[in-house]
Amino acid sequence: MTAPHDKDFESIEQHEHEHHIVSPRVYLTIVVILLVMTATTVGVSYIDMGLFNPVVALAIAAFKMILVVLFFMHVKYSTKLTKLTVISGLFTFLVLVGMTLSDYFTRAWGRW
Amino acid sequence: MSDSQAVSDSRIVVHGAAEGAHHEHLPYQRHHFETYAQQSDATNFAMWLFLLTEVMFFGGLFTAYLIYRNWYYPAFVQASHQLQIFWGTANTAVLITSSFTMAMGVWSAEMRKKGALVLCLVVTFILGLVFLGIKTIEYKEKIDKHHIPGFHYSMQSFTNPASDEEVYKEYHDKPLAVDMARHTEIYFFLYFAMTGMHALHMIIGIAILGFMIFRAQAGAYTTGHVTFVENFGLYWHFVDIIWIYLFPLLYLISRHQ
Amino acid sequence: MNFISKEKGLLSWLLTGDHKRIAMLYLASITFFFFIGGALAGLIRLELLTPQSDLMATDTYNKVFSMHGIIMIFFFLVPSVPATLGNFFIPMMIGAKDLALPKINLLSWYLYVAAGILGLYAMMAGGVDTGWTFTTPLSTHYLNTNVVTTGLAIFIAGFSSIFTGLNFIVTIHKMRCPGMTWFRMPLFVWSHYAASILMVLGTPVLAITLVLVVLERVAGIGVFDPTKGGDPLLFQHLFWFYSHPAVYIMILPGMGVISETVSTFSRKRVFGYTAVAFSSVAIAVFGFFVWAHHMFIMGISNYSMLVFSLLTMLVAVPSAIKIFNWAFTLYKGSITFETPMLYTFGFMGLFTIGGLTGVFLASSGTDIHLTETYFIVAHFHFVMVGGMLMAFLAGVHFWWPKMTGRMYPEKISQLAAIVTFIGFNLTFFPQFILGTLGMPRRYATYPPEFQVLNVFSTAGATILGAGYLLPLLYLTWSLRYGEIAGENPWQATGLEWQTQSPPLTENFPAIPIMDHEAYDYEWLDGQREKEVASVG
Repeated sequence: MTAPHDKDFESIEQHEHEHHIVSPRVYLTIVVILLVMTATTVGVSYIDMGLFNPVVALAIAAFKMILVVLFFMHVKYSTKLTKLTVISGLFTFLVLVGMTLSDYFTRAWGRW
Repeated sequence: MSDSQAVSDSRIVVHGAAEGAHHEHLPYQRHHFETYAQQSDATNFAMWLFLLTEVMFFGGLFTAYLIYRNWYYPAFVQASHQLQIFWGTANTAVLITSSFTMAMGVWSAEMRKKGALVLCLVVTFILGLVFLGIKTIEYKEKIDKHHIPGFHYSMQSFTNPASDEEVYKEYHDKPLAVDMARHTEIYFFLYFAMTGMHALHMIIGIAILGFMIFRAQAGAYTTGHVTFVENFGLYWHFVDIIWIYLFPLLYLISRHQ
Repeated sequence: MNFISKEKGLLSWLLTGDHKRIAMLYLASITFFFFIGGALAGLIRLELLTPQSDLMATDTYNKVFSMHGIIMIFFFLVPSVPATLGNFFIPMMIGAKDLALPKINLLSWYLYVAAGILGLYAMMAGGVDTGWTFTTPLSTHYLNTNVVTTGLAIFIAGFSSIFTGLNFIVTIHKMRCPGMTWFRMPLFVWSHYAASILMVLGTPVLAITLVLVVLERVAGIGVFDPTKGGDPLLFQHLFWFYSHPAVYIMILPGMGVISETVSTFSRKRVFGYTAVAFSSVAIAVFGFFVWAHHMFIMGISNYSMLVFSLLTMLVAVPSAIKIFNWAFTLYKGSITFETPMLYTFGFMGLFTIGGLTGVFLASSGTDIHLTETYFIVAHFHFVMVGGMLMAFLAGVHFWWPKMTGRMYPEKISQLAAIVTFIGFNLTFFPQFILGTLGMPRRYATYPPEFQVLNVFSTAGATILGAGYLLPLLYLTWSLRYGEIAGENPWQATGLEWQTQSPPLTENFPAIPIMDHEAYDYEWLDGQREKEVASVG
């Protein structure tokens, strides 16, 4: 009698272990983009964009991180579980930073 | 109930459990796993969870950094001018390239190319050492200029920027009031805490790489069992990502005139 | 042949990969630390018999309550259920042979022991008097006690906890036997899954916070010192970001135990399985959003007070859902009153009271008056001792026959449970009153008008201590002289009960196939009928 099974060890065998091998060409493309973005972020830091300097710098860093995560760390070719794990880590990090900083930023609002 | 037989150049041990159930066990499969696929999935997931702990660990430092940068922005700007963009950019390029060579190492292991794997691991190892070497140069410069927090820390470069010729040439910073100049010490505290913690992770990674080079040379990773290399790759890329954020936050605060 | 008799000798225990042996190693270690923490509690209550600080100097008293908190939280409560019952039973409940990472499991125990030794050394070198909360800049600049050593001990204990949680998450995702879907797992497993998420994501923040405190003590920068431009509140944000989820790390596994015992001893499936499962995860997720309710009087912004107060009210909801579901499980069940069930009833009543008083504290307006008083002390002892510790004892008794193959003596254990319940209420209920009357916490002295209630509290503590000593004695006794237990003395439904007591090293003779729902008593009765038929 077969029972419905989700993600027990047999399912892992059949469904999840596709083991996609990423080609060196992809890696090469990514590393070139990363190096170009590094040069860009340095160059941009010499331009005065006022408030936007840190925004652009962090945006470029985030873009680089996404490339490393998706391609070098194979997340693009990984299971939903891996993707969910990455997102939950980022989410918790953002909660720590965001909610703590929200206290600091709202102190200036004074006593209501 | 158990017998083993040599089949070409792989050893497959077959043994029965009490009820006569058979499991094919590859020599590197642990007994509490039912299949090799289960084992490699589980250990891969475990490494990801470990990286989550690392994200939260560094998270505390990033939080502290963001708050104090906001509070003491002029001090952070001038203090960051003490870091040389040349070394910082070079280190970033070194680490990114080492991530590439590490990814190529994983590919080599998957394609069972022992020579290529060893080469990639060795290059990654060397690049890691280069990174640490550059950090040593940078740290030494901080020691020479008395910019180590808590150890005869000197504010002179900030209360009187003209006295620091190399930096003054480039940035022409205005002198900071003593109040604000004191807060450059917090910048350096965070600089050393964050890059130091990062460097510690690099050292651990390089040590493990050394171990892996020996094992790779012995053919341990090119028989279809790539998990160790793959999971180490995840760790290495993560350390790279931390630096990808440290670089703009510490070095590129405000480099325009 | 079972996991105990399989291999003999000390080394076979100290180098084991068997999750069940590691669980027993943990059980011995945490019991040891529990009684040290308990002795410190005894000293606290003894000092508080009189309004003056006559038993010990006020500085010493500060050290005593600090060490009591540190030991009880980090060396008892956090590992209590997960590292003992969780380690032992999660693999069995999902039909696996072991946890996913047995070596990491053993490492986790060694880290715990190393941390414990370092902590004990720090205690004997004079301890810390900062409170378990290490508030800055007191801990970084104004006190000269063993903050660094104790901080390092807790840092190491934190990694022990992280590895346990990591192991559980991987195991629950990847090691379930055929047929074991997420919604067929016992709720004990769900609770540990939720607690493990907190362990993995929260504990590292504590780790980095302790590193910062140590660095500040060493280099004296002023990251947390206002006279040097630092912010002491930054420490508190980082500290409580872990330490609030920590309370859910402590209570969720206990709630998992209660789901098992309330079902078994009402002989009825848990009411609203899905709600209880999801509420565990909800507690874990929401538990990350509420930490600043420990900081209402510390100078956070009004906006933060509002947001954190509201979110804290919300996090009470999933806990309440569980209590309701357990209560509805009892309704029309066939209830019996064995020891685990007595502790379960104790939990349900006392945790409810503790939880409700948490709502008074969630409201920032009332919290301003109640915080730093004995109201807080009573609140957290109700949920942690009346709640968690009772759940731990319920679990230990419930699974004792399975782990050891022996029954504990029922009558004396029921007596101990009742003694504990009476002692607990006498100890901690007066503290709610003391708190509302204004008695502050963490002081060796107090105004004389508070003495009567303090005396009641100390009297209760003596009874409570006796109540905890009894299990130590009779459980140890039962190892040699207890009645031999069968496979399933409680006629419970989990997979762990469908195999021998104590279990085999590999848990089951063959990998089970899960073909029924959780808490399926009809299936169990069907199994028994089959067995009877095959014998006859």
